[in-house]
Amino acid sequence: MLSQLPALQVVIPLIAAPLCVVFRNKEIACLVSQVVSILSFIISLILLQQVLEVGVISYALGGWLAPIGIEYRIDILNSFVLVIVTGISSVVTIYSNKSVQYEIDTEKIYLFYTGYLLMFSGLLGMTITGDAFNVFVFIEISSLSSYAMIAMGRDRRAVSASFTYLVMGTVGATFFLIGVGLMYSMTGTLNMADLAERLPKVYESKAILVSFAFISIGILLKLALFPLHLWLPNAYTYAPSVVSAFLSATATKVAIYILIRFGYSIFGSDFVFSQYPTAQILASMSIVAIVVCSLVAIFQTNIKRLLAFSSLAQVGYIILGVSFNNINGLTAAIVHIFNHALSKGALFLAMGSVALVIGSVKIKDINGLGKKMPFTSFAIVIGGLSLIGVPITAGFISKWYLILGAIDKGWWPLAIILLLTSLLALVYVWRIVEVMYFRSETNVSEVKEAPISMLIPMYILVAMTIYFGLETSFSAGLAKQAATYLLGMSG
Amino acid sequence: MELILSHINYWVAILLMMIGFYALIARGNLVKTIVGLNIFQASVFLLYITFGKVSGGTAPILQKNTELYSNPLPHVLILTAIVVGVATTSLGLALVVRIYESYGTIEEDEIAELDSKEEN
Repeated sequence: MLSQLPALQVVIPLIAAPLCVVFRNKEIACLVSQVVSILSFIISLILLQQVLEVGVISYALGGWLAPIGIEYRIDILNSFVLVIVTGISSVVTIYSNKSVQYEIDTEKIYLFYTGYLLMFSGLLGMTITGDAFNVFVFIEISSLSSYAMIAMGRDRRAVSASFTYLVMGTVGATFFLIGVGLMYSMTGTLNMADLAERLPKVYESKAILVSFAFISIGILLKLALFPLHLWLPNAYTYAPSVVSAFLSATATKVAIYILIRFGYSIFGSDFVFSQYPTAQILASMSIVAIVVCSLVAIFQTNIKRLLAFSSLAQVGYIILGVSFNNINGLTAAIVHIFNHALSKGALFLAMGSVALVIGSVKIKDINGLGKKMPFTSFAIVIGGLSLIGVPITAGFISKWYLILGAIDKGWWPLAIILLLTSLLALVYVWRIVEVMYFRSETNVSEVKEAPISMLIPMYILVAMTIYFGLETSFSAGLAKQAATYLLGMSG
Repeated sequence: MELILSHINYWVAILLMMIGFYALIARGNLVKTIVGLNIFQASVFLLYITFGKVSGGTAPILQKNTELYSNPLPHVLILTAIVVGVATTSLGLALVVRIYESYGTIEEDEIAELDSKEEN
């Protein structure tokens, strides 16, 4: 049984999705997705423990050995990402019941959970697989279901946002497909470990350079690095709250994982960073992303949209860490995947509660929220502090490693820019806090606190945001181990 | 000229890719965007099939008297990609229908105009 866990990680949610359609009942669908998420979380924890004990786990799907068959290959990096995705999904599904009933038509709720489970298994598959073409298949499974889920938002703009995402997401995935095809034509293999072995022999080939370009642009579209981000703000703003929380905490993060995987362990940092100015290109794109998106976030009137732009800025921080190509930079990137998933997850869940109670997520509608919904407001404050990177929150840890990475790289001015951009984050978080706590007139006099079934999951994430700001041996420790492993792998 | 003729299948794939991409970017009509997306994807399918061709090889079907086959793997991969493409197209068209129902138009600029009116 234990040896089958890698397959079960993906197969359980994949089978549970049609089960929801069979039952056609919203309570059962909700329960199924909660049980499946928690089960997957337990599996991912066992896998992580196994990886820590015995090293890389290789699982031959259907008994066909790699490189002929499709291999699931779990090392320290992707077992960590699996834990993040399944953990967030457990929290989000426990939270979801009330929010989904409020935001989605009753007769469509079981379909909502079907889509959710498909998206979940797609993301897990992307993370766990050791086969380049298999990544494409899982990207499309998760993307297609996320287009459908975004379109379920109540506002009609959700549908057009979903359409934009569909066009851009498909272009991104097709670019990725071209890149994989070119790699296959040069090496004759699709297995990631095999590719890593054979690619150095054809480094000189132009086809490999083109393939790298297509793959990175395709993935950057998926993870929404500025200026390839146009689909994201509207998609997060108008999607149902549960979907925004899950997408922002996991979907872009898994895409970032794919970028790290292809950059560091398939193409190898020798190829990616030594021959071409990849580091400079990625770093300048991320700096622009951080500055521009933080500035745009300041001027938003819709809080979900503000958080979406803040997500884009945070993606910039992560990619900046990736571009450093040193231990501290990569550690910062990996640990920020984790920390940002916690704090942004908490914030979007809090906005879901606000939407449920008040019926709006506009800044002008939440005057005096701090008195009426003290717990939700406090969660927003803590999440916001983590976005700024205040000490004792998780966000601080990632900023700390990022600045260390910038200094190691010898890019001093960047360290200063990073500190200054934290001030921009302070401004947009302050705008929310000011309205919630420091306005004399209130326009939310009638409201009560959100139901307890929503507060508990929200506070699990808030507590973890603080816990992992103080105790870093799990998050930063694992991230550092993963970074060492990746850098050691490509020599 | 020789370079073009000897790699004609690659050139066709690239040409199709550019046509699809142009339609995708330049057309404001959402259905035409989907058509562009389809042409773009089809060009990639062609590219894969081209990779799999072994000169002198026949179709990869098991039969007597043939030794040399084309590589069947790209065909199989593309079969998967075609299925994905069909799913994307149908989902895209379904979204277009819903956009038409709620906006009353499928022109991108008119939708943007309606959206910005709503913001203010």
